[in-house]
Amino acid sequence: MLGSEQPILSVDNVSHDYGRQRGCAGVSFDLYPGEVMGVVGESGSGKTTLLNVLAGHLTPSTGSVRYRGRSGGEVDIHRMGEPERRLLMRTDWAFVHQNPRDGLRMNVSAGANVGERLMAIGRRHYGNIRGQAVEWLERVEVEHGRIDDLPVTFSGGMQQRLQIARNLVTGPRLVFMDEPTGGLDVSVQARLLDLIRGLVTDLGLSAVIVTHDLAVVRLLAHRLMVMKDGYVVENGLTDQVLDDPQHPYSQLLVSSILQT
Amino acid sequence: MTTMLKLENVGKSFTLHVQGGVELPVFESLDLTVEAGECVALAGPSGIGKSTLIRMIHANYTCPQGRILVHHDGAWVDMASAHPHRVLDVRRRTMGYVSQFLRVVPRVPTIDVVAEPLRAVGMDADQALVEAGNMLTRLNVPERLWSLSPVTFSGGEQQRVNIARGFVHPYPILLLDEPTASLDAANKRIVLSLILEARERGSAVIGIFHDREARETVATRVLDTAELGQRAA
Amino acid sequence: MSPQSESGSAFDSAYNFAFLDEQTKRMIRRAILKAVAIPGYQVPFASREMPMPYGWGTGGIQVTASIIGPDDVLKVIDQGSDDTTNAISIRKFFVRTTGVETTESTADASLIQTRHRIPEKDLRADQILVFQVPIPEPLRFLEPRETETRRMHALEDYGLMHVKLYEDIAHHGHIATTYAYPVKVAGRYVMDPSPTPKFDNPKMDRMAALQLFGAGREKRIYAVPPHTEVKSLDFDDYPFELPEWQDVCAFCGAEDTFLDEVILDDRGKRMFVCSDTDHCSERRAAGHAGPALFDGEAAD
Repeated sequence: MLGSEQPILSVDNVSHDYGRQRGCAGVSFDLYPGEVMGVVGESGSGKTTLLNVLAGHLTPSTGSVRYRGRSGGEVDIHRMGEPERRLLMRTDWAFVHQNPRDGLRMNVSAGANVGERLMAIGRRHYGNIRGQAVEWLERVEVEHGRIDDLPVTFSGGMQQRLQIARNLVTGPRLVFMDEPTGGLDVSVQARLLDLIRGLVTDLGLSAVIVTHDLAVVRLLAHRLMVMKDGYVVENGLTDQVLDDPQHPYSQLLVSSILQT
Repeated sequence: MTTMLKLENVGKSFTLHVQGGVELPVFESLDLTVEAGECVALAGPSGIGKSTLIRMIHANYTCPQGRILVHHDGAWVDMASAHPHRVLDVRRRTMGYVSQFLRVVPRVPTIDVVAEPLRAVGMDADQALVEAGNMLTRLNVPERLWSLSPVTFSGGEQQRVNIARGFVHPYPILLLDEPTASLDAANKRIVLSLILEARERGSAVIGIFHDREARETVATRVLDTAELGQRAA
Repeated sequence: MSPQSESGSAFDSAYNFAFLDEQTKRMIRRAILKAVAIPGYQVPFASREMPMPYGWGTGGIQVTASIIGPDDVLKVIDQGSDDTTNAISIRKFFVRTTGVETTESTADASLIQTRHRIPEKDLRADQILVFQVPIPEPLRFLEPRETETRRMHALEDYGLMHVKLYEDIAHHGHIATTYAYPVKVAGRYVMDPSPTPKFDNPKMDRMAALQLFGAGREKRIYAVPPHTEVKSLDFDDYPFELPEWQDVCAFCGAEDTFLDEVILDDRGKRMFVCSDTDHCSERRAAGHAGPALFDGEAAD
């Protein structure tokens, strides 16, 4: 998996404007199979806009995002048809929202949340769907006795783990995460990060993770982009950017971390 | 002999933008060639840039001047300019790095920390665990600790886990930053024998050894970095 | 029973034929044609104010008013019965505004407007069945955004429908949905037969008669053309099943009809009778008898 030559995602000069307001501008990078790209920057730096463009939620003003599928062919994700894009989103891709309420169906049980993607791709055997739901709940460390409970009865950390299970059940290859540990207690964050890291490694996932927390990218990301005012100001290996930042803003960001 | 590593006209300085753009020169115009089976010891007083150089070779620090060429997959890769994707591949398969401090993810068991480099090059899980166990045994890390995270271990135990992780895969190039610093005499000897074994199988080793005995046991050559620092100053 | 005119009341010529103006009828007919052309697809239409409240069948009435002609014979049923308030009111409305003949007999009707039930007797190619629909959107309770549900229909993104059935099995051990049970029409659109009981779902499948569905408040019309496949959604290991009753009809002894429970007193005494009153009377006329008639009790 790792080290293969062809990128899974090719981002070429992507910009997105909100009218006269700049979202992100001139972003280019290649993401290879098994790689995790971190995107850091303060609120309003354009990192979430970029993520939404990459994931096909927003249309870029300029540039293109190309995805290489399992068969090896490339598709421009903003030029493909909506049915194909949706199919891609529920099979090959996953999107983990910062707020689990945005990524879960709060009015159906945990099991149904995990099973939805399976049913959406045509699985019609209840026993198998439930079996996979049990398996995934255990994998994300949610006690399987909670399978028929509504997500509203779960803690924030459990909801986030449930959202991850719901996304990974169809065996995606590319995962987008928007502040996956935001809003959680520190102890819960550590557990979740460890879980995500384990899943990413075991499943050989490629991922783009947006966060303002440098500890998160230190732990999860191979590579890092630092964004400011919509632009990528620095881009490189995670440990290189964090240990030897070059851009004044990256240096400020790194030096602002409280040492414990 | 095969040349494994070539540094050509390498220079480094730090610019501290947060502190008014102060520029700290470290060294400039450094050339170094390391052959397979060699062990080059970097010598000189602390603060002179030995660790900086090791980190630059590992691409942990940027290299603003010159080239750092690594023999990888039968070709030369310039760590100063290679795509991050390529650098990661070099680190995975060609270049090992043992730092003074163990940096691990909380909750991950020691045995998995050590087996991870083997898993990363595609070894199956069972075999990787066996080899990781052998390496930990050799470094006197008792088996009852293997299932625990090394976060709570003593300094010496952590360092031995770190070394086990660095030596478990036979990297053709090894970077060692004071690998014996916090070890007792017995464990130090084990580490030195690991280094000698690496040399014998043809690895190129570059290390910082404050300990004279260690340096004299493993190094084939000593490079005095004090001269390099003076050149920049 | 033979066709009969309701108490001799004639067409009230103060109204346009069938109450609606001709332009409106044409507009609704266009919606109906589109609905027939795309089986199961919900066609929006400009639903009119009717002289009765929403929930009384304003959608079905507008559909009926747009297709009824002077030669039609109309039957109106509510919960299978011809003589409930709702059925009688609607029948009277059409007698007054069209003067058409009405009937309680399924076989004699050319146009049947219904709420809930499909007649037990097989319908023919020369008949049309009009359903009154309260909530046409099968995805509504799981996805409240209309923009999103319309997109899901367009993209055939129907995983959510099975989520509902999954929840049923998870909580009840079987698919507990007994009415508004979702179906897939002609292998494409998922449709809500609301509020028809699932007992009648198999009757919709390849029915010879045209089936039209009108939702007045929601301003939607949809259709199942004659002989179209209508498949109830289910799981491989939890297939669609018809509900079963322990009892038979107390009046006519039928074992294969949809039964209504009738409470007889405040001490738990009850009986089950055919919900389709016309079917039940026909059977009794043909000599069938149920347990209530043997007891001589509760007979009419």
